[in-house]
Amino acid sequence: MSQGNAKNHNGPSGGLGAGPGAAANGERGYLAGGLTGLGLLAFAFLPLLLNAFAQNSAPYWLDVINTVGLYTILALSLNVILGFAGMFHMGHAAFFAIGAYSTAILNLDYGWSIMATMPVAAVAAGVVALVLAWPIIHLRGDYLLIVTIGIVEIVRIALTNNVFGLTGGSNGLVGIARPSVFGFRIVQPQHFFYFIWAVVALTLLLFHWLENSRFGRALKFIKEDTIAAENMGVNTSRYKLMAFVVGAAWAGLAGTIFACRMRTISPESFVFSESVLLFTIVILGGKGNQKGVLLGSFLVMGLPEFFRGFEDKRLLVFGAALVVMMIFRPQGLLPSKPSRYKLPEGWDDRLPGPGSPGPPTPGQKP
Amino acid sequence: MYDLNFFLQQLSNGLTRGSIYALIALGYTMVYGVMKLINFAHGELFTLGAFFGYTLLVSLGLAGSLGPPMAIGISMIMVLGLVALAGHLLERVAYRPLRHSDRLAAVVSALGASIFLQNAIMLKWGAQYRAYGADLLPNVVFRIGDFNLPLVRLLVFAAAIVVMAFLHAFIHRTRLGLAIRASAIDQGAAKLMGIDVRKVIALVFVIGPALGGLAGLLVGLYYGQINYNMGQIYGLKAFTAAIIGGIGNITGAMVGGLLLGLLEALGEGYVSVAWKDALTFVVLIMILVFRPTGLLPERVAEKL
Repeated sequence: MSQGNAKNHNGPSGGLGAGPGAAANGERGYLAGGLTGLGLLAFAFLPLLLNAFAQNSAPYWLDVINTVGLYTILALSLNVILGFAGMFHMGHAAFFAIGAYSTAILNLDYGWSIMATMPVAAVAAGVVALVLAWPIIHLRGDYLLIVTIGIVEIVRIALTNNVFGLTGGSNGLVGIARPSVFGFRIVQPQHFFYFIWAVVALTLLLFHWLENSRFGRALKFIKEDTIAAENMGVNTSRYKLMAFVVGAAWAGLAGTIFACRMRTISPESFVFSESVLLFTIVILGGKGNQKGVLLGSFLVMGLPEFFRGFEDKRLLVFGAALVVMMIFRPQGLLPSKPSRYKLPEGWDDRLPGPGSPGPPTPGQKP
Repeated sequence: MYDLNFFLQQLSNGLTRGSIYALIALGYTMVYGVMKLINFAHGELFTLGAFFGYTLLVSLGLAGSLGPPMAIGISMIMVLGLVALAGHLLERVAYRPLRHSDRLAAVVSALGASIFLQNAIMLKWGAQYRAYGADLLPNVVFRIGDFNLPLVRLLVFAAAIVVMAFLHAFIHRTRLGLAIRASAIDQGAAKLMGIDVRKVIALVFVIGPALGGLAGLLVGLYYGQINYNMGQIYGLKAFTAAIIGGIGNITGAMVGGLLLGLLEALGEGYVSVAWKDALTFVVLIMILVFRPTGLLPERVAEKL
């Protein structure tokens, strides 16, 4: 917990600040961009600030922030499925679990290093998602919802029953190693802070790029109007399946981080209510909008920590808040905006009359 | 071990358990039929029924002061009424304001209501298991040859079947029942025919929870103990039962419940106890993949 340890890690924090700040600059004024940059810079030094101003509770609050980070990664991956593609998926904990158990089994039984298990965890979760989702991807709305709940329950039961003799039953797996990145061992909460939030930044960038790619635009089209997308030649099942696999694989990767951070995993960590939590983070924050998801995970995972005194009533309030929120702001706190495209010069000359609405933009709501 | 007697034992257990699933499934299927909404809070209404029953029979000691038959009869009626009231309140607070917003908002509101109710039950009655008490019902066992049939099993099954028979008659013989069926098939057309769909929705949110609450009381009697979060697993299973029967189909929910109970009891007896819950969900997925309209499709479903 020494200051020296934290200082060693100022390096990666610089990388963390560059990403989302740069993405925001293009759209907003310099002032907003500057403020965002300052905020990110302060966030990058958070372990130091906490150590300086709140010596005693610093590890605790860092753990909270790390949990928020982990759930941000998970929620962002769910956002690809639920937010971008509009598929009601409430079994995300299943893929999170597969990632975590892959890492644990490879590390404990085969002696792999944690970072080496990370891609395997992602691939394992992705492959399982592909196999499971193949027959169900055409199901609409509530039906998909209920099937994905079924999947998360089956996975939990399989883990509890020590499937293939690998998962350790209801006690789970104990003694998972710590990861080391470029020779640096990640042990303390402040190490995990940089590790986790670097992955968050990477996730934000990656999915931002994904959202604006051809793939992302196809997903948006499918979300807005599946039948129209199909008619325009978009292979809807294939894109939906791809979105599902990408989201699941990223959840598997988050599973690796969870496993090495906790060092002990058991089926209890991957229950249905965990999936519900992720689902609500995405919906509350604003499905489809990554900033909204980030805000959502701070609200759902971070805010309750300020009310620890009311421990037993927190979920009661959370439930009521969900109902109230859906009544007054069903689109979430920061809903995704329709995409904007720059039109070529003089585009309106080619249209029949003045005041025409112009060519329809894909992704725009009617 | 696997003789005829064992088979009959599992069969009777399965039918009883299935009748409980059927009672809960009715609430899901009626609400889904009319509103196209999975009422996630329905499992919690079921739990609420179990705890109301606990308060009446055990905490208030009705069983001691009135004698078991009278006490159980009165508790059943009170649980039906109380949970119906709770269901009505739930509809007014959590669902009515969302009638015209999108599906996802209603789903999340339902989840919120479920979380709220589950924690409210926990705060009120505690997180530990609560026992209904073994002396509530006389420990009578009917013997037919080698086959044992405990009184409680018969009683729970009979209660569920009688209530479902009444519901079946109500749905198929009365004008209100007709209105519910019509709204489930085509809400728009039902409106044009002069049916007040709002009233139908209010009605299914009274009948469904009442039956679910009764199922909670029956679970307390049958298994002897209840817990604040038991609604989650019972809810999922009952929803599966509703899907097996074809969601929106009231007769289907009854048949689906009984089938699921049988499947589970037989799976538990002949395959594996630890995997029986997984079996339920595998069946659920199989049905949705291969026969999404359920086993008893009432009409051409275009919901998928």
